[in-house]
Amino acid sequence: MNAHDENRIKQLLKQALPPVESGAEPERDLWPAVLRRLDADPPRHAVPWFDWALLGGLAVFVASFPATIPVFLYYL
Amino acid sequence: MIRKGRRMPDGSSNVPDSVLHRFRAGDLDGFEALFREHQRPVYGWILRIVRNTAAAEDLTVETFWRIHRARDRFQPEYPFGPWARRIATRAALDWLRAQRPEVELTAQIAGALPSAPTGNPGIAAEIRSKTALAFGRLPSSLRATAILAVVEEQPHKEIAAALGITVGAVKLRVFRALRLLRKDLEKQGITP
Repeated sequence: MNAHDENRIKQLLKQALPPVESGAEPERDLWPAVLRRLDADPPRHAVPWFDWALLGGLAVFVASFPATIPVFLYYL
Repeated sequence: MIRKGRRMPDGSSNVPDSVLHRFRAGDLDGFEALFREHQRPVYGWILRIVRNTAAAEDLTVETFWRIHRARDRFQPEYPFGPWARRIATRAALDWLRAQRPEVELTAQIAGALPSAPTGNPGIAAEIRSKTALAFGRLPSSLRATAILAVVEEQPHKEIAAALGITVGAVKLRVFRALRLLRKDLEKQGITP
């Protein structure tokens, strides 16, 4: 793609998607929405239930077949 | 009451350091002071990427929620503005990835977004429409980079900082976006 093509594509793009006004601002006060979002925030560092399930399954498997531990370690 | 200050060219502000430290410690008043100071530039930056006013408002809320959640990682000795912009950019990119191009760009084609005059009135509406749709089919990372660099004419350095990439990578993404756009337009019978 030469410089002329590049400039032409840029021109087409600018005409198709005009720039946003520099002074754009929200039409409403967003702080109440931020507060609502914070209230709905789940506890931090919460571990999903399926992670616990996976960990439990792995523990049961390892306890049942301890000979597989070196195999796991080899592939880690 | 926190005094609102003038924003610096690098996106930082003269919010007192104590406010930044209070925000990091989880103080809600400190967070609100930062929100009041930075919501407009964050909203404007997101709007430039997503080009949808309703989505930009929702993403501004999402961004400040992410900012609050990540406050432990904020380093008060660095400016808040660029850090907030990086988080806003990630939120906007997540939104772009989740959108279908045809839906996303409808508002722009219809001219619903407040914008500057298009300049050349002679350009056919069909070409504009096809260009916008072709642009919407680009990967979201290329779209965001190209729209900030080409349409919004933001400095490459600022785009690089917001996207977490180098200036060279910004230039490469713009080049790739324009090349893919040209190929798409050629398939549609439009020869630039």
